[in-house]
Amino acid sequence: MVPVSYYLVLSAVLFTLGVAAFLFKRNIITIFMSIELMLNAVNLSFVAFANMHKDVSGHVFVFFVMVVAAAEAAVGLAIIIAIYRTRETLNVDRVNLLKL
Amino acid sequence: MNPTTNEIQSIAILPELILSVAGIVVMLADPFLGAKSNRRPLGYLALAGTVAALFATAMQRSSPGASYFRVIQVDDFSVFFHFVIIAITAVVTLSSLDYLEQQRIRAGEYYALLLFGTVGMCLMTSARELLMLFIALEISSIATYVLAGFRLRSAASAESSLKYFLLGSFATAFFLYGVALIYGATGTTNIPAIAAKLAEGSTTGLTVMALALMIVGMAFKISAAPFHVWTPDVYEGAPIPVVALMSTGPKAAAFALMLRVLFGAFGSLNEWWMPLIWVAAVLSMTLGNIGALMQNNVKRMLAYSSIAHAGYVLVAFAAQKEAGVSAAIFYTATYAAMNVGAFAVASYQAGEGERYVSIDDFAGLGRRSPVLATTLTIFMLSLIGIPLTGGFFAKFYVFKAALASDMIWLTVIGVANSAIAAYYYLRLIVVMYMKEGDESTPLLPVPVSVATGLLVAAGLTLYLGILPESTLDFAIKGARQLLLIH
Repeated sequence: MVPVSYYLVLSAVLFTLGVAAFLFKRNIITIFMSIELMLNAVNLSFVAFANMHKDVSGHVFVFFVMVVAAAEAAVGLAIIIAIYRTRETLNVDRVNLLKL
Repeated sequence: MNPTTNEIQSIAILPELILSVAGIVVMLADPFLGAKSNRRPLGYLALAGTVAALFATAMQRSSPGASYFRVIQVDDFSVFFHFVIIAITAVVTLSSLDYLEQQRIRAGEYYALLLFGTVGMCLMTSARELLMLFIALEISSIATYVLAGFRLRSAASAESSLKYFLLGSFATAFFLYGVALIYGATGTTNIPAIAAKLAEGSTTGLTVMALALMIVGMAFKISAAPFHVWTPDVYEGAPIPVVALMSTGPKAAAFALMLRVLFGAFGSLNEWWMPLIWVAAVLSMTLGNIGALMQNNVKRMLAYSSIAHAGYVLVAFAAQKEAGVSAAIFYTATYAAMNVGAFAVASYQAGEGERYVSIDDFAGLGRRSPVLATTLTIFMLSLIGIPLTGGFFAKFYVFKAALASDMIWLTVIGVANSAIAAYYYLRLIVVMYMKEGDESTPLLPVPVSVATGLLVAAGLTLYLGILPESTLDFAIKGARQLLLIH
């Protein structure tokens, strides 16, 4: 059997990759995907811990995270369409009307 | 523990039920109004929903306890925040009625989203299970992401919505990772159960990591430095009534969430999180106030000011104990009253397409519209912390609690910051009364709905400044119950 720590390390690596992609990628859709990657890394942790504790509440948590991620995707894509309509670009560096 | 804890008691979520039903009714009624017709009736419907929810909250006070399988906790703490949040929504609805007409936004779902967002914020204050907290946080966030982009023709609004969405979800992912790790460390997601586990066991690297990740997520939500960078941009682009909501409602709820998590779940680890909160408080106050000094846009100025005020609340967090927690609760309520009021004035003054939002556009407001100018003066004085306004007692209790916990330096930095802040708030007052207005800016007769909203906000600001005892008692009771359960 694979030890729990393997899953946790994988989850941490995936989460870090998600953070890195969020910070360094310039395309809005890719940034959005990196958030999904982070959420799924967390899901992996939840499942691994649930298995370790022999407890279902971690699995239940994962279902809710998936539902929320779906809702977020619906809203997020709508916002991205709104951006494209007003700006005709999906590069975050050019979405700079408000100074950051 | 109360033997009936697992029972399903609908009174525990009655305000949320009422708000949800009102939101659904608004959505259903929307198509029956013609495409060209005014959406004002839906606003009144939403307003009726918030008033009913306020009554439901008042009813909740007589039936405290845990219910829904120990997921929902009704106590003075949750009831206090319910009052604050629902009142914010009511005032925001009042100031939206005319704003939406001015901007020619004909969309009933605006009011529905306001109500749904409020449901999420309310649940954030009464949840005692991390799963419920997470879902509530998302309900409130997703609704506000959409609301931020409601000026459909404006590129700035879409951009504000995008930034809010991306950084908000980023923060949520951090919070969620923290939840996963604490679940791994303790095997439960129930806040009192986590507290019990942490109190008996030794502190491991896993719990500290979980704590740090959750603090990052929550600091984003309350826009505390160094996680505040998104705030000015998002506030500048979003519709002003929505900014009024975002800077108070979700923030009040996030403070409630933070109080529950830090003092509830991680109470025994306070020597770990206290230094982090200390640093965040100092940074937020300083960066917020310095940033606000340099702004010409009123929305951006108030955005930086909201960062600074998050810093003052964190001072109360750092002070800890009953005095600190109750000061934080009291501060949240006061800040909500004065800030919603200030934004209500700004949203009416902004005019079509939000053209008049720079500080110079407020020139001569004292002559053009004495009502707006007077109320805005009250709110600005309260934001400074002048006696006889709520802001004074809010700051007084915070610094008193900090001194009682021997945090001399934090208090000194906080007081110095309040002095710096006086400059930019006073500047707005000076511009309103001392500078000649531009004749081209239109004369403003204040409509009834805006006037009512302003009256409520200004009334509450003055009430908290003159008779703060009963509210403070309520806050102290809430703080005591928060610290006791866990």
